[in-house]
Amino acid sequence: MVWETVIGLEVHVQLDTKSKLFSGSSTTFGAKPNTQAGIYDLAMPGTLPVFNEEVLRMAVKFGLAIDAEIGRKSVFDRKNYFYPDLPKGYQVTQLAFPTVGKGSLQITLEDGTEKVIGITRAHIEEDAGKSLHEDFQGLTGIDLNRAGTALLEIVSEPELRSAKEAVAYLKKLHSIIRYLGISDGNMSQGSMRCDANVSVRKVGAKEFGTRAEIKNINSFRFVEKAIIHEAQRQIELIEDGGRVIQETRLYDADKDETRSMRSKEVANDYRYFPEPDLLPVVIDEAYIDAVRAQLPELPNAKRARFVSQYGLSDYDAGVLASSREMGDFYEEVVKICGDAKLSSNWVTVDLQALLNKNDIEIENSPISAARLGALIGRIKDQTISSKIAKTVFEAMIGNDQSVDEIIESQGLKQVTDSGAIEKLVDEVIAGNPEQVAQYRAGKEKVFAFFIGQAMKVSKGKANPEQLNALLLQKLKG
Amino acid sequence: MSRRTVAELSRSLAQGEFSSTELTRDYLDRIRKFNGVYNAYITVTEELALAQAAAADQRRARGEHGPLTGIPLAHKDIFCMQDVLTTCGSKMLANFISPYNATVVERFNAAGTVTLGKTNMDEFAMGSSNETSFFGAVRNPWDTQRVPGGSSGGSAAAVAADLCAMATGTDTGGSIRQPAAFCGITGFKPSYGRISRWGMIAFASSLDQAGPICKSAEDAALMMNVMAGPDIKDSTCVDLTAPDYMATLNDSLKGLRIGVPKQHLAKGLGAEVESALQQALKVYESLGATVHEVDLPNSHLSVSAYYVIAPAEASANLSRFDGVRYGYRCENPANLEDMYKRTRSEGFGSEVKRRIMVGTYALSAGFYDAYYLKAQQIRRLIKNDFDNAFKDVDVIIGPTTPHTAFKIGEKNDDPVTMYLEDIYTIAVNLAGLPGMSIPAGLHNGLPIGIQLVGKDFDEARLLNIAHQYQQNTDWHLQRPEV
Amino acid sequence: MALEKSDVEKIAHLARLHVDATEAGEVANRISSILNMIDQMQSVETTDVAPLAHPFDAVQRLRPDVVTETNQREYLQKIAPATQDGLYLVPKVIE
Repeated sequence: MVWETVIGLEVHVQLDTKSKLFSGSSTTFGAKPNTQAGIYDLAMPGTLPVFNEEVLRMAVKFGLAIDAEIGRKSVFDRKNYFYPDLPKGYQVTQLAFPTVGKGSLQITLEDGTEKVIGITRAHIEEDAGKSLHEDFQGLTGIDLNRAGTALLEIVSEPELRSAKEAVAYLKKLHSIIRYLGISDGNMSQGSMRCDANVSVRKVGAKEFGTRAEIKNINSFRFVEKAIIHEAQRQIELIEDGGRVIQETRLYDADKDETRSMRSKEVANDYRYFPEPDLLPVVIDEAYIDAVRAQLPELPNAKRARFVSQYGLSDYDAGVLASSREMGDFYEEVVKICGDAKLSSNWVTVDLQALLNKNDIEIENSPISAARLGALIGRIKDQTISSKIAKTVFEAMIGNDQSVDEIIESQGLKQVTDSGAIEKLVDEVIAGNPEQVAQYRAGKEKVFAFFIGQAMKVSKGKANPEQLNALLLQKLKG
Repeated sequence: MSRRTVAELSRSLAQGEFSSTELTRDYLDRIRKFNGVYNAYITVTEELALAQAAAADQRRARGEHGPLTGIPLAHKDIFCMQDVLTTCGSKMLANFISPYNATVVERFNAAGTVTLGKTNMDEFAMGSSNETSFFGAVRNPWDTQRVPGGSSGGSAAAVAADLCAMATGTDTGGSIRQPAAFCGITGFKPSYGRISRWGMIAFASSLDQAGPICKSAEDAALMMNVMAGPDIKDSTCVDLTAPDYMATLNDSLKGLRIGVPKQHLAKGLGAEVESALQQALKVYESLGATVHEVDLPNSHLSVSAYYVIAPAEASANLSRFDGVRYGYRCENPANLEDMYKRTRSEGFGSEVKRRIMVGTYALSAGFYDAYYLKAQQIRRLIKNDFDNAFKDVDVIIGPTTPHTAFKIGEKNDDPVTMYLEDIYTIAVNLAGLPGMSIPAGLHNGLPIGIQLVGKDFDEARLLNIAHQYQQNTDWHLQRPEV
Repeated sequence: MALEKSDVEKIAHLARLHVDATEAGEVANRISSILNMIDQMQSVETTDVAPLAHPFDAVQRLRPDVVTETNQREYLQKIAPATQDGLYLVPKVIE
């Protein structure tokens, strides 16, 4: 039996505003408990919400970035349920008239093909506070600092067909919200959170299977693992003659499993109705045009431009355009050294490896774009070879000397003086008569041995092309 | 001196006839003597009042006063007052010291008024008799066996018994106008959105509106000059600068077209009220107005629609009372659900619980369309009725209540009988229009009120129409024997 | 529309109210009589009537994204039933 996984994602993105969605309380992460919970956030009787204009701008930005319909008139609703981290006893959200309607996102699959994933909607809503279950004599502590922070909930169509696709979608979404500057998308701090609706069906089936909603997934890796695990659980269940029930499950990263949440809460009846303390939010064309004018170049457009402007491969362009910071870094390097291809190699390979190894973001790179540009410039003008450049690169980490100073002080400058190289070649030929004989007898592979010897003697500094040419000439006799 | 209107007191203070401190002491004395009888106040803020009076006297001495500087008032206990007990008439908030001020309170403070205390009210403003208060029923100063009306019954009784010069109230379905009618005073509910709701504990957010409870239309205009106007803290408060409501009080009524809804003269209306209404219309005709019949064909549906919309909004508004951050919490909760259920069941009275249940039901899965959506559609029809009527008339005048004040306990058996008390006032809230009740007669020693309803944000005209009536009659000057 | 005791229990749970088993019948009757009054609405045809949520056709005003609140934790928690280390305490929340 061949099974297919069907996935829809609901992603909550915490919008990076200074103040909360409906109050003037600060949103700084990590403040002491309840020091950022003002009277509205605490649902003091008589307090009222006033909508933060920056939240609207950010939501519309996102909508434009995914080519979505923008709700000309959006309406807030109350979603009613009791929970200690929900002070008002209802969450203000958008049900029937969200600010962002239907849109789509293009993702790149592993084999390089593109797939368009439909986005059903993206609506604005309030975040809840946090419950802390550590020991307060068996009680739970409630911190309402996060209560009322603005969220954009982005709901995809059930068009993702594997855990890998889900991760690709999530990464693309992450990239876009960071491009737009509407959220830092930090999953470990909870500024981007993902719920996955997962079902399985036989390949070719038309109907969807019954889905389970997995909550509490807080990293890209866990999204993949949770979906794989859940799909496997469902397949095994069905193959054993069981049935999947519609329910909410929690992903436990420690045990790598999902488990059912108490079914009692599933029977909730949220009693949505329009929030009478707020009026409809009306957006006109002029507003949308003004927001559109502020949009940065987005990943797909940037990738296409990198291909045409710099002659990069589609793959390299995609990597460089995957984040706004990386794209900007790359373009600065190119501007300094003037070599787009070399720059692409150095940024995507050497620099990326360095960043990955130390788990740092490119905006905190220990080697600035200016210095990397200078280094590549020295390869280009043949001051150093590509190989020596790697030594210089290593030396640049944790060293604020300029590229030229490093080359100078460590004596790494390439030898291009043909007299010196000729002397070197003569030495090597004279010192290895046996190999000379072999070469001249037709064993051309020995040539590499001479290059190696010459480089060894020159400590890698001999200009490789000159060395090559001279060796060839002298060996042929 | 405590029997005078605000306008008169303001002139006396200006002339130095007495000081605000003397006036305040006089009211505090009366409260000490009579509050035990009427139960109009939940909290008396004596120290604050005397401090504010002293400050007001200094302001007057410096010439930095306005017309209301030094005038003693009472706030309905629905308005949050910083560092003062704010109960909303409920056990749930019987220990709630508000950490902030309502905008209405701020504005009166800035005008230099003197706060005597917080007045009794139906619990969370749900009631038409003031019997649902956790702090006990309020008694009508005209007959202490009778109710003062509700929910702003404490404010109305305090004004009628001269336990304050003026008071604030709120009106969701008639809670200013009905007690004003029962207590023989002037009660004014402005258009929805004219006065900020910030700090006014919500009952039904799309209907609630604050307003003055006082002794004359002129006093209401003086109060409106302080209360009305935009507030960035309330999204539903309109962005319209309020006019000077005093400026147009004396405009002529010549050519005024008065509409009388034929539905309001139908069965159910007491003969004494109808007769007082007809007399009042004659007064207006003598002032140059003409009287026309108007049709409000959907008015009989207003109570039905109201008892869906108001409880639905209330069911959510009252969810915040959960015993977590302030207010009542039950003893020794066994677990979270037990804490919620016992806190709310012990903290709320039966009428409040009943309305929460009705609202919860109306919003629950499968019933939303038949109840909540339907009620909002009816609301549109009711608003359209008024819009049509106002094409032909400038003001609508009818009864405020079907009859005079009823006896305490008389209507407690069936909630529906009590709900029908508000049959003439409720539609005005649904349509968001300004409405007021002014005294227009007495029957067996009990006051009768008539209701004036104006166009959207046409409060100034409404006050003008009421003031002209009061210039030519003296019903508003009648006082009960205290 | 007449409510059953079981409806009352369901609604009471949604609203987190405790209704004593002995009272449930009485509560059901009272609420039923209110619903009967409300049901008058059902006699009117409203198919093409747009619902009215607010009396006036006003639109939402926007607030600049500025922090205006300061930390008032100690003051605001003076009126709380139970706190510790700046947290509000409630009976244990079980997932």
